[in-house]
Amino acid sequence: MLSCKHIMTVSDMTTKDITTILDTAESFMEVNERRIKKLPTLRGRTVVNLFLEPSTRTRTSFEIASKRLSADAINFTASSSATVKGESLRDTAKTLSAMACDMVVIRHKYAGAPQMLAECMDAHIVNGGDGMHEHPTQALLDLFTMRRSLGRLEGLRVGIVGDICHSRVAGSLVPALRAVGATPIVIGPPTLMPARPDILGAEVVYALDGVLPTLDVAYMLRVQFERAEAMPIPSNREYAKLYGMNGKRLAAARPEMIVMHPGPMNRGVEISSDVADSPRSVVLDQVNAGVAVRMAVMYLLLGGEDGGVAA
Amino acid sequence: MALLLKNGRVVDPVARIDEIADIIVKDGVIAEVGPDLKIEKGDTLDVSEKVVLPGLVDAHTHLREPGREDEETVASGTAAAAHGGFTAVCAMPNTSPVCDTGSKVRFIVERAAEEGVVRVYPIGALTKGQEGVALAEIGDMLAEGAVAFSDDGRGVQSAGVMRVAMDYLKAFDAPLVAHCEDESLVGHGVVNEGVISTGLGMPGWPAAAEEVMVARDIRLAELTGCRLHLAHLSTAGSVTLVREAKRRGVRVTCEVTPHHLFLDEDMLIGYDTNLKMNPPLRTAEDRLALVEGLLDGTVDCIATDHAPHAAHEKELEFELAPFGTTGVETALSLVNTNLVATEKLSWADVARLMCHGPRSALGLPPVSLSAGQVADITIVDPEARVEVTPEWFVSRSRNAAFLGSKLLGKASEVLVGGCFALKNGKVVAR
Repeated sequence: MLSCKHIMTVSDMTTKDITTILDTAESFMEVNERRIKKLPTLRGRTVVNLFLEPSTRTRTSFEIASKRLSADAINFTASSSATVKGESLRDTAKTLSAMACDMVVIRHKYAGAPQMLAECMDAHIVNGGDGMHEHPTQALLDLFTMRRSLGRLEGLRVGIVGDICHSRVAGSLVPALRAVGATPIVIGPPTLMPARPDILGAEVVYALDGVLPTLDVAYMLRVQFERAEAMPIPSNREYAKLYGMNGKRLAAARPEMIVMHPGPMNRGVEISSDVADSPRSVVLDQVNAGVAVRMAVMYLLLGGEDGGVAA
Repeated sequence: MALLLKNGRVVDPVARIDEIADIIVKDGVIAEVGPDLKIEKGDTLDVSEKVVLPGLVDAHTHLREPGREDEETVASGTAAAAHGGFTAVCAMPNTSPVCDTGSKVRFIVERAAEEGVVRVYPIGALTKGQEGVALAEIGDMLAEGAVAFSDDGRGVQSAGVMRVAMDYLKAFDAPLVAHCEDESLVGHGVVNEGVISTGLGMPGWPAAAEEVMVARDIRLAELTGCRLHLAHLSTAGSVTLVREAKRRGVRVTCEVTPHHLFLDEDMLIGYDTNLKMNPPLRTAEDRLALVEGLLDGTVDCIATDHAPHAAHEKELEFELAPFGTTGVETALSLVNTNLVATEKLSWADVARLMCHGPRSALGLPPVSLSAGQVADITIVDPEARVEVTPEWFVSRSRNAAFLGSKLLGKASEVLVGGCFALKNGKVVAR
């Protein structure tokens, strides 16, 4: 069981919560390899995917996870939602609450939206990414993938490279790594660092090449400059040259170092195609783990008390 | 009809008084101040255990009329001001439409004459539509009763436009009220840039975005000789800049708000939109620097930046909600609770910071507790207990940063021109 009712931020979770989710996800990995990939565990429970910012992969991952647990999954996306007609998030929350939903997965453009939902409704809230703040299930699936690929989490040196400032992935991954005893290192130009990177509890490094040979994991963030106020780098070309993962850099790294990316990738910018498609890249393992980890989160929040995983 | 205020602690540094005394008010003016006064006819109000101050004025109030009468009106905003102990407010021009012509100033003056519970001193827009491009008709607005000029709500982005405005204002010796915010540094910022913007994942608004404009406007005031008043300073750096400028003899004054004095960014952890301000709540160090500025005379006034907002707009996501908190009703109680009761400020300091300071900065009619002066008087019960609940407010809006606070001290009476605007804690309807 988890100590929290919601999955809103990684800092709300205990280390035990994190390892419970990872261990539970292991058993769901096997389910995802069966021909019939469905368990009756959450039959009769309703999960709403409230995606108010465009997202295909995260929404699909949550939808598959809820369907594999037999929950009734409803997608409430920006294009079909009342919010584009001017309904407030609070009113949407109250409406969903009146329909007796058991869980709401929310993806929202602005930080703090999951907290706002939790104030307005009784359902379990899962943060599917809020603004530049957090994306906790992404961090969990990343930990899961690291543990499977490298056999451990404790002591790993994980370089998170790129747009730290605007990244909710980094916002969750840094505290998650710290919780399990790994060392996060955030790497990027100062223009892509938050105002106070020191409070994240990560080492801050401006140059990739110096630190690269010490890393167990190179986690390449998607560069998303449409989010930034002013162009923080001169060009994608220069970014690729200074911070992109390519064959040459891979050769300079430890032979066992893996390359990760939350997707979708900008090939040729933060990651070159040869690296993306190489055996050192675990990008598709991350996607695969995403379904199992989200099943684990739903199971532990909603169904844990009702029966076992093997049902 | 005469009124005798009996046995109050009369405090006014301008009248050089801080003692238990009586005050006789007659025909709208103070007839006499002294011990053991008597009147033949009229009412006597026992104000023993209370503090009698010269009429407090809020240098920075948003009355929202015309345009957003659902949030506040001249009538409701001035009633709220009376409830908070003010005898006058300065109305900011960022209404809809913007108050940027003489006829729009006249509208405010007429509404205040018809429905105002306390006095209203309109502040006119500095530039047409507050767009920061072309000068508004400042001379015409002055003739209709505007006291100062401001694009408050936005900073004047062009230094060239600011220089022209300052040069032009010099002819009238009217003060310019500057809202210091460099938009190219603020971007989409909604909270102080630093620990809280990093932790909460929200766009940051650096202290420097205020300070570069404070520095710029001080330099321009030196260049032009214009009277410059800096609105709602929020950072330690701004206070330092003003302190140095005053030392050099620059004609600059400034104000700070109760929310920047008594709240800091650490309180934003729950994404409470009532704590979303422009400028944003800063660090604890900034907060203490503002208090230091109050104590050493760098800061001239405590002004509320009373900014009423509709509940449905404040209930949006933090990044979408409008900036601002209501303030006229809580300011005096907050100052007493945090600064007077803790013996950081005296009541004479309160008179300086909430009456004489703003009056002198904005060129308003002076008041004082001495014979022959207009009877604009604030009477405070320093022991009154206030629980700030939504129902307690007189304002049309409830977006208060201090909702839920328990405060000490409250205005019990307000006299405007010798007439009660607040009596026994209740607003007197017109």
